[in-house]
Amino acid sequence: MQQTDSPDLPRIMVPILARHGSDSAQLLQILRDVQDVCHFVPADAIDQIAAHLGVSRVTVEGVAGFYSFLSTQPVGQYHLLFSNNITDQMLGKDELLQYLCNKLWLERSRVSEDGLVSVDNTSCTGMCDQGPAALINGWPLTNLDQNRLDLIAELIRSQKPLADWPPMLFEVVDNIRRTDALLGEACVPGAAIKQALARGAKETLSEMDKSNLRGRGGAGFKTASKWSFCHAAIAEEEGSVICDIGGNPERFIVCNADEGEPGTFKDRVLLNSYADMVFEGMTVGAYVVGASKGFLYLRGEYRYLLKNLEAVLKRRREAGLLGDNILGQTGFSFDIEVHLGAGAYICGEESALIESLEGKPGRPRNRPPFPVTHGYKGRPTVVDNVETFACSARIAEKGGAWFAAMGTAQSTGTKLLSISGDIARPGIYEYPFGVTVRQILDDAGADEPFAVQISGPSGTMISWKEFDRKIAFEDLPTAGAFMVFNRKRDLFLTAHNFAHFFAHESCGFCTPCRVGTQLQKKIMDKISGGHGTICDMEELKRLGHILKTMSHCGLGSSAANPMLDAMEKFPDVFERKLKALAFEPAFDLDGALETARKITGRDDEWAHL
Amino acid sequence: MGAPMSKTITIDGKSIPFKDGQTIMDAAMAADVYIPHLCHNPEFKPHGSCKLCTVKVNGRNVASCTMPAVEGQQVLSDTLELNDERLSLTQMLFVEGNHICPSCEKSGNCQLQAVAYYLGMMSPHYNHFYPQREVDASHPDMLLDRNRCIYCELCVRASRDVDGKSVFGLSGRGIGSTLVVNSTSGLLGDTNLAATDKAAQVCPTGALLKKRQGFTVPIGQRIFDHRTIKDVQLGEEHE
Ligand SMILES: Cc1cc2nc3c(=O)[nH]c(=O)nc-3n(C[C@H](O)[C@H](O)[C@H](O)COP(=O)(O)O)c2cc1C
Ligand code: SF4
Ligand code: SF4
Ligand code: FES
Repeated sequence: MQQTDSPDLPRIMVPILARHGSDSAQLLQILRDVQDVCHFVPADAIDQIAAHLGVSRVTVEGVAGFYSFLSTQPVGQYHLLFSNNITDQMLGKDELLQYLCNKLWLERSRVSEDGLVSVDNTSCTGMCDQGPAALINGWPLTNLDQNRLDLIAELIRSQKPLADWPPMLFEVVDNIRRTDALLGEACVPGAAIKQALARGAKETLSEMDKSNLRGRGGAGFKTASKWSFCHAAIAEEEGSVICDIGGNPERFIVCNADEGEPGTFKDRVLLNSYADMVFEGMTVGAYVVGASKGFLYLRGEYRYLLKNLEAVLKRRREAGLLGDNILGQTGFSFDIEVHLGAGAYICGEESALIESLEGKPGRPRNRPPFPVTHGYKGRPTVVDNVETFACSARIAEKGGAWFAAMGTAQSTGTKLLSISGDIARPGIYEYPFGVTVRQILDDAGADEPFAVQISGPSGTMISWKEFDRKIAFEDLPTAGAFMVFNRKRDLFLTAHNFAHFFAHESCGFCTPCRVGTQLQKKIMDKISGGHGTICDMEELKRLGHILKTMSHCGLGSSAANPMLDAMEKFPDVFERKLKALAFEPAFDLDGALETARKITGRDDEWAHL
Repeated sequence: MGAPMSKTITIDGKSIPFKDGQTIMDAAMAADVYIPHLCHNPEFKPHGSCKLCTVKVNGRNVASCTMPAVEGQQVLSDTLELNDERLSLTQMLFVEGNHICPSCEKSGNCQLQAVAYYLGMMSPHYNHFYPQREVDASHPDMLLDRNRCIYCELCVRASRDVDGKSVFGLSGRGIGSTLVVNSTSGLLGDTNLAATDKAAQVCPTGALLKKRQGFTVPIGQRIFDHRTIKDVQLGEEHE
């Protein structure tokens, strides 16, 4: 049954459409607002939005169907999504989810009969240092336990508006445990811009070059090179060069705050307590490449940061640090707009992020051309990580040599690590590059550590034998996640969790990843159910090869890492689960009877094979 | 005077000329070199989603239908390894949908089936997903059987870029991707698709079929019953 309208729809739609204007790049932002008010996107709303933006209905439906936080069927008025990272699971998330469902007489992913509440899983919400975590109608809940869930169930039953819930439920703390060059000193708004203006754009770029700063989002591309490519780029559209009056194409600066990699939460802390530094870095970048417009792409899970970010932007405009003629420099105009995502890990990939900024589904583009020449709306665009911009601000202020003196020759500066899992003190740790895993584990209070997942599911898992390795691009590159597992953990569960993560987050564009991540998940389910054999391990390796070599983007090409790492480094983790048989059919006869058991309410011996 | 020196790439050791703006696939097809492909159709803007056309360029895998040809590229295509990987991708396409060739009107004219023959596919290898997908017979002249859709977006591109109608689009994500049509009811019959539209002619599989034409050409006399997809597509290229 398709829900088509709600009596109030025009009343709801008019202000939303008026607020966002008629640029189709606003499509995702419009749909977010509709979902907020209606708890789904009604079919009639899709028609109205299509008419308003002058796009086809399938365009709107394509976006509404792509993002996890949008739905074309109603969710509960209270929609609770448990963060499903392995760290949440280790803190008892599965049991808590079941506990809440039992309390509310609910089945997971089913809306209650009265439409009041629904409960489900969602990918990591970036609160691994204070989990188990969840989102209720998009707002983060942290440190969940049975007591809190009792309270939450009561608040839902009494239909108390979220605004009246006890604030402690929503409390998010920074948990900064170790500071260095970046976090050790507050950013004086304007200080970096002043220095950049005094030096001039060319000299500022040369300081960036001297700093040897490499991108903090994972790939480690040298930031100065990216900025200079963008500066040098000539934008083309349908063969004709687009120029503004100065003879320069319009350029864009984009800050990637999608932070979707499970186990990463350092950008959350930067945006919460160091937003000035991040905006300052974006402004310096704009000055260097000649951009007049910037975007911060904020993952939907972090919408609770939006209000404060808008306030910081407002303050900076008032202080002359954004807007026209920044700090009195004639002709230097730059402003920043925040765009919210809606639950899609793939939107952290830079070309998918740009698609999403343009209001489309986040499917990675074909490259070449790359965003530095053909980015947002086909114009030269720099996409950098939040931390990269924070570093850039520091470099503009203190110089490239100062920065390059820290860390190692190939990995200069410091790195923020988001540390969670089996440790006493989870949180943010800032270290100069080159620090050993062992040092970090000691500082964080790890008890009998056995394995560490570096840089999240798409990164690598290392075993206790490798704890003397270093955090650095030349040894263990990382975007920041650092999840610790002690001796008692079953690492199969970790790989299993990650296989589900990738299957859920594949955008579906290309065959190897759309199907391959599903096949991986099914095999891991089979092994987990006790039906796996040696053949299944061989199949995982073969799938890993296909994913790595044939995928369209980094999501697919890294989606097999957890399985391949676990099989290589911890073979017994799998072997313990396997049947002695060489082959076991994927079809589980007893499992197939489960539906019948549910319908008849039977679970006795005769209802099983 | 001789012709101006043209730029070349090599594919499997053979020197292939190309013009600026051509992709590796364009250059290959023009030179009578077949690279298996499904989502590519030279009449439309390249898409790059099926990945069957993957080739190795200077040691790295790329989709040949989207990768611009660049002077001096050393391309490997017809290798055991790549054909094996292409076979796996084809098998993936078979198991994620519901492709029951013996009962499909498109059998013999279907490019998915033909490519599977070409790559020597003897079994689906993977376990079938048996997804539940909707069949839409609401249109007077067309049948949309989503069970056979491989998300190549050829109908999407044709309708948007040639017919100017945007009858088709993709929605959903990942394995939940689904072909949607431009009507509030979600039914093809309520769109302005005409059987004469370009979009109605381009489906490589039996997902989007003309009604009442299924057996005008008997099985045994269809396009790929006697010729390989390689010969057919290279032939079309030189028409
Ligand atoms: C699947 C996927 C997810 C990604 N997610 C993020 C992310 O959340 N944040 C980020 O900064 N980079 C992410 N990246 C990397 C970006 O594509 C890009 O390299 C980065 O934003 C560039 O910034 P940097 O040079 O400052 O690192 C992701 C890449 C892939 C393939
Ligand atoms: S690799 Fe996965 S996420 Fe990337 S384009 Fe292909 S389907 Fe999408
Ligand atoms: S209906 Fe046919 S043409 Fe359209 S996307 Fe599916 S397989 Fe491709
Ligand atoms: S033909 Fe090139 S990716 Fe499909």
